[in-house]
Formats: sequence, structure tokens, C-alpha cells
Amino acid sequence: MNDSQQLLQRASFIELNARERAHALLDAGSARELLDPFERLKSPWLEMQGVTAQADDGVVLLKGALAGQSAIVAAIEGAYQGGSMGEVGGAKIAAALELAAEDNRQGIQTCALILFETGGVRLQEANLGLAAIADIPAAIVDLRRYQPVIGITAGTVGCYGGMSIAAGLCSYLVMTREARLGLNGPAVIEQEAGLGEFDSRDRPFIWSFTGGQQRYRTGLADAYVEDSVADMQATVRDLLKQGLPQQHRSAMHDDFLARLAEVDTSAQATPEQVRALYEKGIRP
Amino acid sequence: MTSTPPSERGAVWLAALTGNAPLHESYSAALRVCHAPLADTSALYVCVVPDPANRFPRARNGETGLVEGWEIARAVQRQIAADREREDKTPIVAVIDVPSQAYGRREEAFGIHQALAAAAAAYAEARLAGHPVIGLIVGKAISGAFLAHGYQANRLIAIRDKQVQVHAMGKESAARITMRSVDALEELASVIPPMAYDIDSFASLGLLWRTLELQNPDAPAGADLAIMQRAAEEALTDILAHPDRSLHDRLGAKNRRATVKVRALLREQWHQDTPQQARTTETQ
Repeated sequence: MNDSQQLLQRASFIELNARERAHALLDAGSARELLDPFERLKSPWLEMQGVTAQADDGVVLLKGALAGQSAIVAAIEGAYQGGSMGEVGGAKIAAALELAAEDNRQGIQTCALILFETGGVRLQEANLGLAAIADIPAAIVDLRRYQPVIGITAGTVGCYGGMSIAAGLCSYLVMTREARLGLNGPAVIEQEAGLGEFDSRDRPFIWSFTGGQQRYRTGLADAYVEDSVADMQATVRDLLKQGLPQQHRSAMHDDFLARLAEVDTSAQATPEQVRALYEKGIRP
Repeated sequence: MTSTPPSERGAVWLAALTGNAPLHESYSAALRVCHAPLADTSALYVCVVPDPANRFPRARNGETGLVEGWEIARAVQRQIAADREREDKTPIVAVIDVPSQAYGRREEAFGIHQALAAAAAAYAEARLAGHPVIGLIVGKAISGAFLAHGYQANRLIAIRDKQVQVHAMGKESAARITMRSVDALEELASVIPPMAYDIDSFASLGLLWRTLELQNPDAPAGADLAIMQRAAEEALTDILAHPDRSLHDRLGAKNRRATVKVRALLREQWHQDTPQQARTTETQ
């Protein structure tokens, strides 16, 4: 046990796949996978498009305990179809969060962890992915009335598209230096707005605006952690211990609108400008 | 980049439905907010419209951007706060004609995902608080813009018309991201309902409460306006008659049966570790 803990101390979180990440976060021995790959709940839409359908649709659900409290972890596998949200994977996450909310209403305190490694909607299932991504925020907003919903985006896929909206609804959001968070993927912005607006091949540029360090420094993420299993384990337990935030970030419309009113939009944005603006106070 | 003029649908439908009710003044030109009658009560109407002078240049054609997202949140949250002590909650009507979210460097820099999250959360919280929320899709309802403005409604109503489209991404970008040609994408869309852009395919996913056949969706008046008003009133009656505040009303369609299967099986497995609890089984 001591040996394995020492090993975990040094272990990378990002190198783990979704299932391993989820197991690493819950209390040892407490986890039970729901709708595991043996259920073969595959996408009904991919094979007719010549795309291999994975038996868990790229989403892993583990029910167990976090610091002794009932918890559900939904982990998106970034290595499968870019972590894209299809009908089945999306329904798994939405329904799990809804059941957690139900449990809270029945007196069983249940929190949630969501591991975001996703490009957003799976375009091969377009409108059904989008529909699921409407159900997920609905469920987060319901559940976070009772217990914290903690979002983690560790890398290296990042968190994009409609799922960045879901991330913005979490009670707490945890990021690493490798992670990115944004609504529109770099390639999509470049396609829609041109290379001058956004260069999808300029990695330092992308990270300077949307990387974990910048998101943390500008108050759009709540914790910035090293790529370490042990640090990630400790961080989620600390956040759970804090309980619900006094105010969710999504409720701070007056603060954000006041800050945005000060932005000089005649020039392009810089990372320094965003930090200077938001450091004036967004965080409650 | 497109040269077609921005759609006026949202603006003209809002004006027609509210009898040109005076707009609340504390919002930017891109967000129209007013109170006007619905059935025998007063409702809050919210609509994003094109603003050619928008301070944020990437949000001048009716896109839902940073300010629009946060202002939707403010409008809806103010209504929730105003009605906190009231039993009869003010209905909220989202008039939807949103071509997309805003794609730009400033948008990502200042956290457009958080702005749209705030808007989605406000509608979801309104719904959970008991406000009847109705979405009227009179034009486009695309991707993140729709997630922020309308998709959280209890009931969605759409006009059956070529210009009325719901989708996860514009065709050009979707083709680039999936590494297909636009022609190939259109061919797939014709056989895979969730990939299609037309409103009948979308309706087949079960996400709409009703679709409406109108003579001239560009110029709402007379019989067309009466049909829309009646549908909105009936949606209100339907919401008030059903105490369920979730989005489960949307789960019945044959083209979304995988979602129902996932949900039923997950509910079963969820409760397998809590035998003291009565197991509720969803019937399909």
C-alpha cells in the first residue's frame, strides 16, 4: 500500500485513460462501473458511417465514494473520437447526473466529478449530441443545488464546444497546464473567421489564451494542479470539503458585464489584457 | 465569410408577438427584452438580434457572444429574483433566431463559454423554479447559441420552413472537422436524421413539442401570428398541467431510442448497491 502510494505520488494523471483516471480519484476499492463495456451500449449511428463504434461510447461511469461520501464520476475518453459527445455517451453522463440529483432529494448526499476531455458534439451524430449536451447542463444545474459538481480538464484533448458550457456550470473547475478550455476549437474559429483572427497551428498562442494557467489566473478555473495523480486526488477532496461555493460563477452576470464594458474592443485581445481586467475581481 | 444580410426573423417575430411592447432599456442593442401578454398573464420575452454596431465585431450578425450571453442571464435571473416569493411564476418566452455563437479571439479570451453557460443556467434555473419556459424557433438555432438561448425550455415550437434549422455546426466547418466534402456531408445527412439540417429531420428526434405550418414566416401577421400565439398559449397550458420540470418530455422518439435504453438500464444498475431503496423502473 505504501509502495503503491509512493508510486502514485509520482504518477502522471494525464497518461491515464479515462477509466484509470476515474478509478484513481474515488476512494480505493469503492468504485463500481455502471454501463460497462460488456453492456455493449454502442452508438447506433457510427457504423453506418464506417466509423468503429466503441462498446462504452467513450464514456466511463463509476459510482463509489469520495472522501467517504457517495459520488459519481463521469469520465470522457479523449482518445476515442476526440472525446466527442454522441447520443449514448451523452445520455450516460446526463442520466448519471440526474440520478445523483434524485439521490440527494432522497437524502443520499451524492456529489459528481466530470472529467472533460472533449471536442464537443460528435458531428457524426450532430443533433443528438447537441441534445445530450442540452441535457447535461440541465442536470448539472439541478445537482449543484445540493452537492458540488467538480469538473476536471487535465489534458491533452481539452474541453471544447458545448461541453465547455457544461464545464462553466461546475461548482469548481480544475485544470492542469496541459489542459485547454474554450467554446470554439481553434480550427473552427480559423475556418469561420480567418487566420488573422485565430491561427490553429500556433500552439503557444492557443495556450496563452485558453490554457489552464491563463484560465486559472483569470478566475475562469478554480484550481491549477500539477499533472500528478496524488495532487489531483488531494485537490478534488479539498474542493469537496469546501462544499458549495457561495455563488456559482455562472451567476456573476453583473460582475462580468461590468468588466466587459471596460474592454477596448478596437484592438485585438491579449492574454495580459484579460488578466489585468479579470484580476480586478470576478472571483467571489 | 457570408455576404447574406443578417436575418430579421427574430426581431419581427418578437415585435409581432409582443405588439411592439417597449423594450427594457438596460440591455445592449443585440438583446431585446420586454414584458408582454401571453394568454391571460404577462410573460418575459427575450430575443437576440443582429446589431451591426456591436462593440464586439464577431457578434454583429445576430451571433450569441459574450455580452449577449451574460445579458440573457441577467434578464432571466432578474425575473427569477422578482418572482421568488410568488406562487405563479412569470412565463419566459425565448424567441430564437441565432445563426451561431460568436467565433473570435476576443470571445475565447474573455471566456464566451462562461457567458453562454450563464445564459443556459439562467433558463434552467428558471425552469426548475417553476417558470414555464417556452422556446419559439422562428429562424436558425445553431449549436452553442441555441444551447444558451432556448434549448433549456420546457417546450420547443418551430416553424416548418427552409430557413428554420437546428444544428451543431455550420456545413463548411463540419466538413472540415470531419474531413469530408460538403457534398459527402449532405449525402450522409440525407440518410442519418441527426446529421440533417432541415426541421422535419430534427422533429423526428422528438425534441420539438410542435411544428407549425405558416404562410409567410418572414412577415408574421393575421392567421400566421394567431397560429403561433395559440401554440405558445397551449404550450403554457401544457406546462402548467404537468408538474415535471425536467426535459424528459423530449425522450419519446424512435430516432432517440438509444437514449431511452441507456437511461432505463442505468437507473437499474444505479440502485443495485442500495437495496433498501425502492427500485423505480422506467417503462419504455
